[in-house]
Amino acid sequence: MNDSHQDVFDNIKGTVGDVTVDNPKMRLSNVDVFYGEKQAIFDVSLDIANNEVIAMIGPSGCGKSTFLRCLNRMNDTIPTCKVTGEMSLDGEDLYGPNLDTVLLRARVGMVFQKPNPFAKSIYDNVAYGPRIHGLASNRAELDEIVVGSLQKAGLYDEVKDRLDAPGTSLSGGQQQRLCIARTIAVSPEVILMDEPCSALDPIATAKIEELIDELRQNYAIAIVTHSMQQAARVSQRTAYFHLGKLVEVGSTNHIFTNPSHELTENYITGRFG
Amino acid sequence: MTEQTTQKPQADKPASAPKKDTTALVRATLARRYAAEKRFRIYGIVAIAASLSFLAVLLVSIFIKGWPAFTHTFVKLNVTLDADTLDIGPNPSSAELRAANFASVIKKSMREKFPDVKKRKEKKALYSLISTGGEYQLHDMIKADPSLVGKTIDVWLPADDELAAVIKSGADLSKPENIVTRMNEQQLGFAKILKEAGDTKTGFNKTFFTAGDSREPEQAGIRAALVGSALTLLVTFLLSFPIAVAAAIYLEEFAPQNRWTDLVEVNINNLAAVPSIVFGLLGLAVFINYFHLPRSAPIVGGIVLSLMTLPTIIIASRAALKAVPPSIREAGRGLGASDQQVVWHHVLPLAMPGILTGTIIGLAQALGETAPLLMIGMVAFIVDIPGGFTDAATVLPVQVFLWADSPERGFVEKTSAAIMVLLAFLILMNAVAVLLRKKFERRW
Ligand SMILES: Nc1ncnc2c1ncn2[C@@H]1O[C@H](COP(=O)(O)OP(=O)(O)OP(=O)(O)O)[C@@H](O)[C@H]1O
Ligand SMILES: [Mg+2]
Repeated sequence: MNDSHQDVFDNIKGTVGDVTVDNPKMRLSNVDVFYGEKQAIFDVSLDIANNEVIAMIGPSGCGKSTFLRCLNRMNDTIPTCKVTGEMSLDGEDLYGPNLDTVLLRARVGMVFQKPNPFAKSIYDNVAYGPRIHGLASNRAELDEIVVGSLQKAGLYDEVKDRLDAPGTSLSGGQQQRLCIARTIAVSPEVILMDEPCSALDPIATAKIEELIDELRQNYAIAIVTHSMQQAARVSQRTAYFHLGKLVEVGSTNHIFTNPSHELTENYITGRFG
Repeated sequence: MTEQTTQKPQADKPASAPKKDTTALVRATLARRYAAEKRFRIYGIVAIAASLSFLAVLLVSIFIKGWPAFTHTFVKLNVTLDADTLDIGPNPSSAELRAANFASVIKKSMREKFPDVKKRKEKKALYSLISTGGEYQLHDMIKADPSLVGKTIDVWLPADDELAAVIKSGADLSKPENIVTRMNEQQLGFAKILKEAGDTKTGFNKTFFTAGDSREPEQAGIRAALVGSALTLLVTFLLSFPIAVAAAIYLEEFAPQNRWTDLVEVNINNLAAVPSIVFGLLGLAVFINYFHLPRSAPIVGGIVLSLMTLPTIIIASRAALKAVPPSIREAGRGLGASDQQVVWHHVLPLAMPGILTGTIIGLAQALGETAPLLMIGMVAFIVDIPGGFTDAATVLPVQVFLWADSPERGFVEKTSAAIMVLLAFLILMNAVAVLLRKKFERRW
């Protein structure tokens, strides 16, 4: 069992497909991530293009969330976590002097795997980001941002009568949409979404996918998903992770119709994972 | 509840093994499980009943003993405030008035009330029925209204504590042999006459709340100790709350995990276990002998008590901060909030109820603390109400200790009454904390 695991791991030699793009928004090269002694990401290089949705798929525990969290340096908040490699946003080093984490995270927003609304009202949840970054100069502008974000996240109609109810009083799926609204309220340039639809019903999922498609006009989006259909529907490129390595990356069309790597093929045809 | 009859597949067991019926097995144990549950509930109820009854016994006995201290007996006298007896001039100055002979006025009116009393010894017994507080009362009356000089008026003057105790106890004065008192038979006779004539009344004892300590039980009040406690606790709160919360936030949210912070943590925990008298010695050596801060002052008491309170609040605050889910911090950071914003906007409001609980526990401990305050001289006999943080003061528990130690019978009820005031102070403090906690909890 362990041996075959090791064999599979050893047999992944580099990444199949072109990891670079012509107009990268973010560029990551040779990224390694360690949790203490344990390595979770092995030498992954990947570009994230402007105006594209890139889907990250792979079996549970393969390091998708960990990789995603490198993109806005969220891993820095875990004391045991160490990240090495070169990472840049618009050509600027993520760890350089011009990109403080506060600024970086305002530009690269994140929706977490588990909904985590603040212990504040629905309104304040969404208004929090714009408030701390000073995005609205008056109450009317702030209202506009909040309502607009809630509408885009497909939540407004359900909560418009109780904007001052606690965010935690919403259902799991509603909370997740609240977190999406909260993230887009800051108008980041890149949005990282870690399984944003795992707690949503098909209708809400469709709304979010619509939103993702719309956001793509202006932003770059990286989305982790366990749903092949979703990856196929929303993304232009797909990256397949396995055991902490990036096995294959390519256009979604290509990955889902004619994958080059055996592991990718096994995964998308449902032979494991 | 629905119970499903499932038979586990037993692939790895030989086929001959008897199949187990889950329903039957569970049902067989049900009665035992419920019995155990019921037994446990009974233990719990018994434990609560026991602790409640101990508490009730304590409170009731304090209440019964202390209640009389809130009332006092007054004696009606017809006094003639003539200038000659008072030994004052036409427009007396304050000093002259203070030196005026109020005692002779009172004595005179008592002699008029009991014209048969002639012997010196008898007179002395008679005079001792009125508290010296009566003189102060007359002084205050004339000071407030100088036109009273020369008039004859009816006044209610405070009774001596022995007389008050007898009247308040409602004892039958026609059977003096049944009364336990230090008054002699003659005095009891006077008391009987006064009572039957309707010249005694029992009313609210204002003095208890307006006066400082006194050698005379009927003139002793809780005010000085109450103000002393309030000032001391204010110093303790102002010092320990911000320092402890800041320390807890730093240790929990910002400090790197290394040997140095471990050492700090161990020492804070040790500090919480140090006997309080040691802090008193420290206060004496450092604040009084070295920094020459005034003795017996609330400022020193407050500093010493905050040393004691600090670890309690730090430990409670750290636990409260630790209980805030990390996902909230991630959410804040993910939106671009700085570490400090995350703490102030999200973590601290959620931790506040826990921090406040810890603070109240710490302050309640400080309020009841005596030992370290004895070391820094807050055990003094304080007559004047302290007016500031550097005035000599005492605190409620020390006052309880002092009164409990006094031989006069009147102090027994004062002691219990002081305990009641101390408990009321505590309840008030807790109520404030509960209100604050509610306020923070409503914000989720
Ligand atoms: N905080 C952490 N400390 C230590 N190890 C971690 C931590 N977070 C993740 N890991 C490990 O890193 C590896 C990758 O985890 P990651 O969360 O990135 O997986 P994932 O691909 O997102 O999985 P899933 O699809 O289940 O969300 C796993 O083996 C996991 O055990
Ligand atoms: Mg994940």
